[in-house]
Amino acid sequence: MSSIWVATIGASVICYLIKIAGYSVPASILNSARFQRINELVPVVLLSALVSVQTLAVERSISVDHRIVGVAVAAIALKMRASFPLMMLAAALSSALVYNLT
Amino acid sequence: MGQNCRVSFDRKAVLRDSLSVAIPVGTYGAAFGAAAVAAGFSVLQSCVLSLALFSGASQFAVVGVMGAGGSALSAITTAALLGVRNGLYAIRLSSILSLRGYRKYLSAQVTIDESTAVALSQESRGTEAMRYGYFATGIGVFVFWNLFTLIGAVGASAIGNPSAWGLDAAVPAAFLGLLWPRLTVRKTRIAAVLAVMVATALTPFTNPGIPIIATVLIAIVLGWRAR
Repeated sequence: MSSIWVATIGASVICYLIKIAGYSVPASILNSARFQRINELVPVVLLSALVSVQTLAVERSISVDHRIVGVAVAAIALKMRASFPLMMLAAALSSALVYNLT
Repeated sequence: MGQNCRVSFDRKAVLRDSLSVAIPVGTYGAAFGAAAVAAGFSVLQSCVLSLALFSGASQFAVVGVMGAGGSALSAITTAALLGVRNGLYAIRLSSILSLRGYRKYLSAQVTIDESTAVALSQESRGTEAMRYGYFATGIGVFVFWNLFTLIGAVGASAIGNPSAWGLDAAVPAAFLGLLWPRLTVRKTRIAAVLAVMVATALTPFTNPGIPIIATVLIAIVLGWRAR
């Protein structure tokens, strides 16, 4: 089985088990303030890391290329309160423009 | 609250709330399908992720980590860490939905950001409205998200080089879009900046995927104290 299939099925199974587990866990776990604070920050750091790695990394090296233009345009679009699909379209178009012209 | 009060509620109003969330969110599935194919996933694999994983951020993470050349283990770990919040939603929802038997196993699949948000927003209309909102939104997002994943994946496989169409920039843009609404307080902005720095700095020295997972330490350190 290819590693993509392993990731696809493995992530699906684990994420389903997490959903199911929540229905069997006592609600008191939500009362820990520290747990809540950390849990609120986990998506923030993971998404930030994913933004930077997807923008700059090529395997193990850093490459500043057309992608960063697209992400910068996405940031401007979000700042201007553009909708999600519009923001992604602006990012793709600007990045493609730089890629095809350089 | 509780089963003793069978108060009728405005079904149309709850359904309207549910669909106004489910339809736009579902269309983002096209972006996911395109991103998955651009990262080297087949149309079938993209659709399996939307059907079986069914949690946007985790799905984009699997695709992002694998596309960057990471291992399956890194992809699964990142997806699981992002999926923890669905488990927390389930804890919140279990007293509201009071599910038994096989229904629990079916409805757990649609325990996501949107279904939880709509359920909790119906509190003033009563428990029955919360349940209705949860299922209408969860099932609605599931149907549209999967439909649009297929459309996006098929569309992207037809166009060849992903870079020429900007798809390789659309993936980090999607992550930025998911991140953006969370950057409202100072602490989350500090966490975001630190995560960008750490992940970028680690990239040349570790296997792809590790720089992403490593940033969880930042969340633990910053979240440990109240300030």
